[in-house]
Amino acid sequence: MTRLTVPKTYKLYIGGKFPRSESGRTYEVATKKGAFLANAALASRKDARDAVVAARAAFSGWSGATGYNRGQVLYRIAELLEGRREQFIDELMATESLSKSAATAQLDTAIDAWVWYAGWADKYVQVAGNGNPVSGPYFNLSTPEPSGVIAIVAPQDSSSLLGLVSVIAPALVSGNTVVVVAHQNAPLSAISLSEVLATSDVPGGVVNILTGSPAEIAPWLASHADVNGLDLAGAEQLEWVDLQIAAADTLKRVLGPVVGVPAPSVERIVQWTETKTVWHTKSLI
Amino acid sequence: MTIESAIALAPAERAVNLIGADLTEKSLKLHLEGLPGVDAVGLEQRAAALGTRSIKTTSKAWALDTIVKLIDLTTLEGADTPGKVRSLAAKAVLPDASDASTPQVAAVCVYGDMVPYAAEALGSSWSNGSDNGINVAAVATAFPSGRSSLPIKIMDTKEAVANGADEIDMVIDRGAFLSGKYGVVFDQIVAVKEACRRENGTYAHLKVILETGELNTYDNVRRASWLAILAGGDFIKTSTGKVAPAATLPVTLLMLEVVRDWHLLTGEKIGVKPAGGIRSSKDAIKYLVTVAETVGEEWLQPHLFRFGASSLLNDVLMQRQKLTTGHYSGPDYVTID
Repeated sequence: MTRLTVPKTYKLYIGGKFPRSESGRTYEVATKKGAFLANAALASRKDARDAVVAARAAFSGWSGATGYNRGQVLYRIAELLEGRREQFIDELMATESLSKSAATAQLDTAIDAWVWYAGWADKYVQVAGNGNPVSGPYFNLSTPEPSGVIAIVAPQDSSSLLGLVSVIAPALVSGNTVVVVAHQNAPLSAISLSEVLATSDVPGGVVNILTGSPAEIAPWLASHADVNGLDLAGAEQLEWVDLQIAAADTLKRVLGPVVGVPAPSVERIVQWTETKTVWHTKSLI
Repeated sequence: MTIESAIALAPAERAVNLIGADLTEKSLKLHLEGLPGVDAVGLEQRAAALGTRSIKTTSKAWALDTIVKLIDLTTLEGADTPGKVRSLAAKAVLPDASDASTPQVAAVCVYGDMVPYAAEALGSSWSNGSDNGINVAAVATAFPSGRSSLPIKIMDTKEAVANGADEIDMVIDRGAFLSGKYGVVFDQIVAVKEACRRENGTYAHLKVILETGELNTYDNVRRASWLAILAGGDFIKTSTGKVAPAATLPVTLLMLEVVRDWHLLTGEKIGVKPAGGIRSSKDAIKYLVTVAETVGEEWLQPHLFRFGASSLLNDVLMQRQKLTTGHYSGPDYVTID
C-alpha cells in the first residue's frame, strides 16, 4: 500500500512561535536543478517589525542571565543538532545539491563553531574587559555589555546552515537577541534550526528567523530605530552601502558583507557589545 | 422585598421622563429587566467583523491623531507621586517632544488627591471647566472597588471637585447591582451626580464605571448601561482597569448600542469610554471603526468618546513617527512612564 506523503510546512520563527507570514505569502524552495522541494513563508516588513518587538522583549531576560548559564544553554543546542544529524544532512543535500560527505562536513563544522562560541559565553568578558590603570585612588574597570537587538542578513552564497550559525552564535554569546534573514534559496536548514531552538532552553524571542527576500526585508531592519546592530554578512548582492547609511541614522553598529562564511572569531562577539567603564574608590584598601 | 420595592427613588430627570413620576425600585427593576436580552453570538461576530477593517495611509494618520485627542492619559497606582503626575501632565501637553504637530490628549486621569498637582502642572493648558484645553479627571467613590458607604463616596467626590477636577470617574456598587438592588445603585449615582455640582452651579462631567469584567453577562452590561444613563451619567465607562477582562470590543459595542438607542429615544448624546487593556494603535483603531459604525462619526470627539489608557499613547506616537519618518520607531524614542 502506498503511503500518503506528509509534506512539511515551513514557517517563520518569531517570539518562540511558528507563525505564517503576516502577508500570507509563500515562495517555492527548489533544488539547485530546479526541482520543487517545499513552500516557505515569504516574510514581509511587518514580520520583521514583529520579530524586532519579540527580540526586544526577550533581551532583558537573555542578557540578564549569567554568562555561564548562556554558555550551557548554547551548548545544549549543539547537543540537539547532533541528535538531528540525519535531518540536517538530508536538507543540506537537497537544497545545496551537496554530496553526503560535503553535507556532513558542513554540519560538523557548524556544530563545532556553535560549541566554540558557547565556550566563550563566560570568558569573553575577561578578554574584552579590562582593569585600567589610573592616576588616583580608584579602581577603573571596563567591561563589555551586549548591545541589544542585532539584525542579521545570513550569508547567501553557500553553506546555508554553517553561514547562519556563524552569524547568530557570536551575537547570542554576549546576551544580544537577534532577528536573522535566512539564506533565501536554501532556508530549510534554518527553519529546522528554529525547531531545535524552540525545543531547547533558549527563551522565545532570543532568536527570530525570517525566510524570504533579504532585499525586501533588510532595508526595514537597517532603518528600524529599535535595532542596535546590523550584520550585513550576506548582503554582498544588496545595496549594502544604502543599508549602512540607513543604519547610521540611528547609530547602529554595522558589520559589512563577507565573502563566503565568516570564520569563528572573538572579534565578532565583541563587535556586538558596548564597553561600559566604572570608577570605584579604593576606600577599603 | 415588597417593602423595599415601595421605596421611592431619587427623582432623576431622565428616569422620571422615561419611567414616570412614581419612580420606585420596582418600576426601575421592571424597566431594566424588561430590556431585550443580548444576542451574544451576534454581538461578538459584529465586533469581530468591525475589527477587520483595514485602515491605511492618510486614513491611518487621521485615526492616529484622533486617538491621541481622545485619550484620557491615566495613572492610577498606589505608588503615584506628585512628580509622576507632573511628568504625566507634561506628556499630556506635549505628547511627542520630537513632533510639535502631535495633538494634545483630552484629559489626565488621576486619583482625587493628585488633582491639585495635575491642575498645577497643566498650567495654562488646563481647561479649568472651559471647553478648551486638557481636563483633569479624578476617580472617586472608593475607586476601584466601590466598597464604602454613600457619605464617604460623596465626600470623596466633593473633595475632588473642590480640588478642581473637571470630570469625575465613579464606580458603581457592583455587589448591590449583582444582588438585584438596582435602586441602591441608582440612588448612589444620583447622589454622586449632585456631588459633582460646583459652587457656581455648573457640574463636573460624571463618568460611570460599570466594571463590565465583574458583571458577568452582556445582559447585565446592557442593564447597567441603561441604569447609569437613567441616573444622570454623562459618560458610561467600561472598566477601572484593575479587573481582567477590562475593555473588550464586544462590550464597548454593546454600550455604544445603548447610547445609540438613548439618542434615538431622547436626542441626548451620552459618551462612552473603554478603559483598560487597549495597548496598541491597531486595537484603538478598531474602536474608532466601531464608534463610527454604531453611533456615527459625530461621536469621535473628546466630549463623547474617550480611551482610558496609559501605554496606548506611546504605541500611537511610535506609529506616528513611522508615518512621518518612513522607518520603524522604537521605545527609546518615546517617554518611559
